[in-house]
Amino acid sequence: MAPNRFCFKGAKRALPIVLGYVPIGFAYGVLAGKNGISEINTLLMSLVVFAGSAQFIAVGLFASGTGAAAVILTTFVVNLRHLLMAAALAPYLSGWKRRHLAFFSFQLTDESFALHSLKATELWERQAEALSLNITGQFSWVMGTVLGIVASGLIGDVKPLGLDYALAAMFIGLLVSQCKDKIRVITALVSGGIATALYLLGFHQFHIILATVLGASLGLGVERWIKH
Amino acid sequence: MDQTLIFWTILGMAVVTYIPRLLPTLFLSGKTLHPFLTAWLRLVPPAVLAAMLVPSLLIREDVVTLGFDNLFFWAALIAFPVAWKFKSLSATVVTGMGLVALGRYLGL
Repeated sequence: MAPNRFCFKGAKRALPIVLGYVPIGFAYGVLAGKNGISEINTLLMSLVVFAGSAQFIAVGLFASGTGAAAVILTTFVVNLRHLLMAAALAPYLSGWKRRHLAFFSFQLTDESFALHSLKATELWERQAEALSLNITGQFSWVMGTVLGIVASGLIGDVKPLGLDYALAAMFIGLLVSQCKDKIRVITALVSGGIATALYLLGFHQFHIILATVLGASLGLGVERWIKH
Repeated sequence: MDQTLIFWTILGMAVVTYIPRLLPTLFLSGKTLHPFLTAWLRLVPPAVLAAMLVPSLLIREDVVTLGFDNLFFWAALIAFPVAWKFKSLSATVVTGMGLVALGRYLGL
């Protein structure tokens, strides 16, 4: 297949992400506008940060007058999970050029990671397809943001449209596609339970990374225990 | 709001978001990880997705709320089987948002 065929295949594989990102990017654009963030800054965040949940959280923090250092630290904690995702994909990226790795990493999100991990063993030979999937994803996120910025002046409230549920609904779809076996279901249940407990105990930022590490470790423990 | 300060904060957010995404791919690409670590990393996606999702479905104003006033939870009870049956992210997103919108329209 010619490289452009691979690009087309990547863009096609990104379609479910596009259908999720456009409404979520739209919701982000509307919320940012409603909370007094300028159009340029709203767009900039989708271009250079490109991390859905962190962008929503940042909008809330800016609106409540949180300082720059706290916003940046919160973003770091919320997005630290990408370290684990990048580490999970890295062994399959053999033979990639460094600049391609740098570009691939920049657009690594929960959603693109979920799609890449489904075909991880083929990643080393499907560079054009993987990059095209990522680019299509961010393009749709930016387009959704632009539409949201335009609409924020026209929409009174995002709630009647259910836009504030877009992120949760997308996580549900991704989680179900990840639960390929019993161990992954157990891991998800444990991690979700721990995250909820930690949140209730007052860990409002670190609960995600802590629950991820504990949930994956306990899941692995259960798997070893069943095998022996 | 001071847009210049927001601008610089966003650049800071971009840096702290990019570093954890970049370092593992640069330093671990093509390396064979210990089988134990591979087995663990394989469980990270379901773990991280559940960790972000579950609290947002169950908790309202710092309390676990499962009544009809928590639309996010009830919409999830329908969105999960939809995701399972149709294996479609977009169908799940549309169903979820539609249910929440409908619930609010009905005044739940």
